Amino acid sequence: MKKIYMDYAATTPVDKGVLKVMIPYFTKYYGNASSIHSYGKKAFDAVEKSREQIAGLIKSDSDEIIFTAGGTESDNIAIKGVAYKNKNKKGSKGFNIITSTIEHPAVLETCKHLEKQGFSVKYLPVDKYGFIDLAELDKSISKDTFLITIMFANNEIGTIEPMQDIGKIAKSHNILLHTDAVQAVGKVPIDVNKLKIDLLSISSHKIYGPKGVGALFIRKGINLQTIAHGGGQEKGFRSSTHNSPGIVGLGKACELGKIRLEKDVAHMKKLRNLLIKEILKIEQCYLNGHPEKRLANNAHFRFTAVEGESLNLMLDKKGIAAATGSACSSKKLQASHVLLAIGLDPAEAHGSLRFSLGRMSTKEEVDYVANELPGIVKKLRNMSPLWNR
Amino acid sequence: MELDYTEKVKEHFFHPKNVGEIKNADGIGKVGNPTCGDVMAIYIKVKDNRISDIKFKTFGCTAAIATSSILTEMAKGKTLDEALKITRDDVANELGGLPAIKLHCSNLAADALREAIKDYRSKKNK
Repeated sequence: MKKIYMDYAATTPVDKGVLKVMIPYFTKYYGNASSIHSYGKKAFDAVEKSREQIAGLIKSDSDEIIFTAGGTESDNIAIKGVAYKNKNKKGSKGFNIITSTIEHPAVLETCKHLEKQGFSVKYLPVDKYGFIDLAELDKSISKDTFLITIMFANNEIGTIEPMQDIGKIAKSHNILLHTDAVQAVGKVPIDVNKLKIDLLSISSHKIYGPKGVGALFIRKGINLQTIAHGGGQEKGFRSSTHNSPGIVGLGKACELGKIRLEKDVAHMKKLRNLLIKEILKIEQCYLNGHPEKRLANNAHFRFTAVEGESLNLMLDKKGIAAATGSACSSKKLQASHVLLAIGLDPAEAHGSLRFSLGRMSTKEEVDYVANELPGIVKKLRNMSPLWNR
Repeated sequence: MELDYTEKVKEHFFHPKNVGEIKNADGIGKVGNPTCGDVMAIYIKVKDNRISDIKFKTFGCTAAIATSSILTEMAKGKTLDEALKITRDDVANELGGLPAIKLHCSNLAADALREAIKDYRSKKNK
């Protein structure tokens, strides 16, 4: 049976070139990067090289990068780290932190946790495309605000937020700006200085690197409260023995990501646009998110009168891997907060389906999906009491 | 995505039995609403106090479709009183079990059947 992976936004395969450079760090160069002997030095040098490779991709300095266990940990270190440094502003009148309603749970749940501790958080609503309202962002800022955290690009519907404008607003009020750029890195050119970003979260496994490693850009001069204590690695912001194979892999993934960015984007966009064109031929099928200002690899649809988990299982039987924001496939049985935030009702959110393409995607794969999906939708609609045609 | 389904669930999901509507049905039962998740409709034909034909339409997840399908098989040919005794647990057991999270939200077929029988009886008594 054909096997087609169209869930690159969930995770990506490790690039062969990435895997190749990682392997020696498991068995040959296994030293602890904090040790002073030659084994340690070999690991240390590799970690520092990776820092430079990451910095190269987002145009920061290498000493502004710390390594973490992934995007979620990067978000936690950044947001809690800033909040705890500003704990004197707890309980004040204005908002302490401004974020959006469509953030990844790594940001949303962290903010909710901070609210329980007495910080006040503004969750900016979004329009039907998923864009935050810049005027409302500006209006929500007060002297009590110390952090804005807005995702660079949304993981479900692919909407790319106006980061340059957000950066300008943050800077004009002298407020720190953090962004969860897990989905954007490698798909959108990023210059942290031009965009005036102070903290930026990166995940390795979304960019053809290994799982379990990530990075956080922390602009020089910003001091965070440490949230997990230990041996003091990564300037004390993230103690733990360096995961040198993973770090080497992330570095290489960033190096390749930088070299390939334009080519990858052009490739994915071409295939993605073809996929959208073909799928929208299905009646009562709609594109979620913005037609243009979206990640090059993201195609997010909704289908009237069918449910996403059923769609996914039927696609899976045909060898196609996709994703849904349907309540039925979530652990909490709640429709995706992103789809509700852009104004869909729960029934519409039920019928959602995300395809996300990658570097390895092919036109044959897109053709196969475009060929199989209409029959699956039809089959489910024939079973659906909500389908009246 | 929930893939923790038994083979029996998948069999009924991929090859559901008795899909459709019955024109001039003797009883129709509809349960659920699209806001909370699943919507099911069960149509029955009754002859000599037995369910002579039964069909379903379901909007919902894998479990919702599989429970609807197997319920129609369980109920077909039963007397109305026998059919009324089919519980949600019976349906789940017949499928070899359902993921815990799906036991309540997507297991509405037995309820829909009861509504259909109620509908039939209320029409008959008019």
